[in-house]
Amino acid sequence: MAGRVQKALPGFRLSLGFSLTYLFVLVLFPLGACIVKAASLTPEAFWNTVSAPQAVAAYKLSFTVSFIAGLGNAAIGLVTAWVLVRYDFPGRRILDTFVDLPLALPTAVAGITFYTLFVPDGWYGRHLGFLEPEGFVGHWFGPEGWFGTKIMTIDTRPYDGPLAIVLVLMFVGLPFVIRALQPVLEELDAEQEEAASILGASRWQTFRYVILPAITPAWLTGFALAYARGLGEYGSVIFVASNIPFKTQIPPTLIVVKLEEFEYAEAAAIASVLLGFSFLTLIAINLLERWSRRFDPAG
Amino acid sequence: MSHHVINRSKAAKHDHWLVRWTLIAFAVGIMSLLVIGPLINVFYHAFELGVAIWWKALVDPNTLSALRLTIITAVISVSCNLVFGFAAAWAISRFPFRGKALLTTLIDLPFSVSPVIAGLIFVLLFGASGFFGPLLEFANVQIIFALPGIVLATTFVTFPFIARELIPVLEALGPDEEEAARTLGASAWQMFWHVTIPNIKWGLLYGVLLCNARAIGEFGAVSVVSGKIPGRTDTLPLTIEKFYQSFDKVSTASAFAVATLLTGLALITLVFKTYLETKTHQSTQRESVMDA
Repeated sequence: MAGRVQKALPGFRLSLGFSLTYLFVLVLFPLGACIVKAASLTPEAFWNTVSAPQAVAAYKLSFTVSFIAGLGNAAIGLVTAWVLVRYDFPGRRILDTFVDLPLALPTAVAGITFYTLFVPDGWYGRHLGFLEPEGFVGHWFGPEGWFGTKIMTIDTRPYDGPLAIVLVLMFVGLPFVIRALQPVLEELDAEQEEAASILGASRWQTFRYVILPAITPAWLTGFALAYARGLGEYGSVIFVASNIPFKTQIPPTLIVVKLEEFEYAEAAAIASVLLGFSFLTLIAINLLERWSRRFDPAG
Repeated sequence: MSHHVINRSKAAKHDHWLVRWTLIAFAVGIMSLLVIGPLINVFYHAFELGVAIWWKALVDPNTLSALRLTIITAVISVSCNLVFGFAAAWAISRFPFRGKALLTTLIDLPFSVSPVIAGLIFVLLFGASGFFGPLLEFANVQIIFALPGIVLATTFVTFPFIARELIPVLEALGPDEEEAARTLGASAWQMFWHVTIPNIKWGLLYGVLLCNARAIGEFGAVSVVSGKIPGRTDTLPLTIEKFYQSFDKVSTASAFAVATLLTGLALITLVFKTYLETKTHQSTQRESVMDA
């Protein structure tokens, strides 16, 4: 039977064909429609829409809060992953389970609970009076304070303001860093740490020079995933922040505004820009994941 | 997914007990503030005005129809993505072909798309002013502001979950048992049903669980396509929004009441997730013992 490849397993053409069709119809075609709609604007109109001050303010806000939330997640995530993998303590399993709560909890629920927690009469808010405009931190960052006048005014309230978005994004992105770090921490070679210790390294030196380089790729991947997650987040953000243009409006909210005004092409234009950023982030994450696999200690 | 085993290497004992317990206190403290606190807060606000109000919100006709819509949407979305997930995982894990890496990346695409955009694209296609708008109007078919639109948006958003779960599971499993079944004369259907599916059942359930949780909780995409017609196109998350936006105390408590429903579901999801993770860990351990 010259030239005939006998595949032992069935269903290649069917499974691949179905998958590609489904992917195309449900994902690629609709996304393409968005790009096409955006392209129906003249280049000038397109540029005016996506570079409008309101839009730029929205991008800047989104990048900033997602970045800060990502940093917070990176710090908390490292400590939590370390503690979960390395130590045993009562409630460890429960803690491990709850790490995934942000993945299972609807974003709208996260939004309303965070908002009511941080308003002045909420459980947390009542202790955070110093962040109010009259409080000492709020005043310092406010329009009359040192930081507010010399550098820039920041609304430091943990509700309605950018800080509120950071807090809820930290909730939403928390699992990503932890779950990225855990497998790598588990597979760390104990021998390397023991060798370092035998050679006279202090515990901190061992951490800094042996462990940290090994987990950095996974750490960065987790950060990037949390960051990417924060960029697109909508459901929780609209409940915690007041969506004021130029102050607390994120790009998805801007898209919804355009939709409500029936400016479909403009909405599609902004969406296309966001899709472009998403795509770049996706590539970056894929590269990061490949980099961390190259340095897999077990590999 | 990962199995979380304690690394009881000697290295762990090298940490000074003060360091250890400070770190543990920090982790537990932050997690309590960031995760447990908000969780308890949901229940607190739901029952703030008493159980009667809580119950009234849950049996409200709009809530019940939202519950029905959410369940129907989740069932359809998860089923479609299940079929796709299995097909894609089968093709990717069992056969060589060009563009496999690209396909795998494209499967992840919906993860990186903001939910609002997921809704927008279907409005652009099937809305009244959309590409297919006139055609749909001619055929008197309603997609946007109706169930089909909600299902489409939800299916898009939950698209990757099952495939991403099954691909590593099938890859780790290897084709040996299935090939053996084929050489022993099994038909394709017999092979799938008696060899493949039992072997992947835990990973499959895990993927279905995650997909389902996401489908039920989806807000942004559904918010855009649904039109939020109470009693007709409101899902549970949208019902929460609706209650919450009426700023009186009873409505706020009602919003939280519906939230307890979804939170309860989330907690059940977590429990099952942990259970399934242990199960998969056990079965992969069994596999490696058998191969030895």
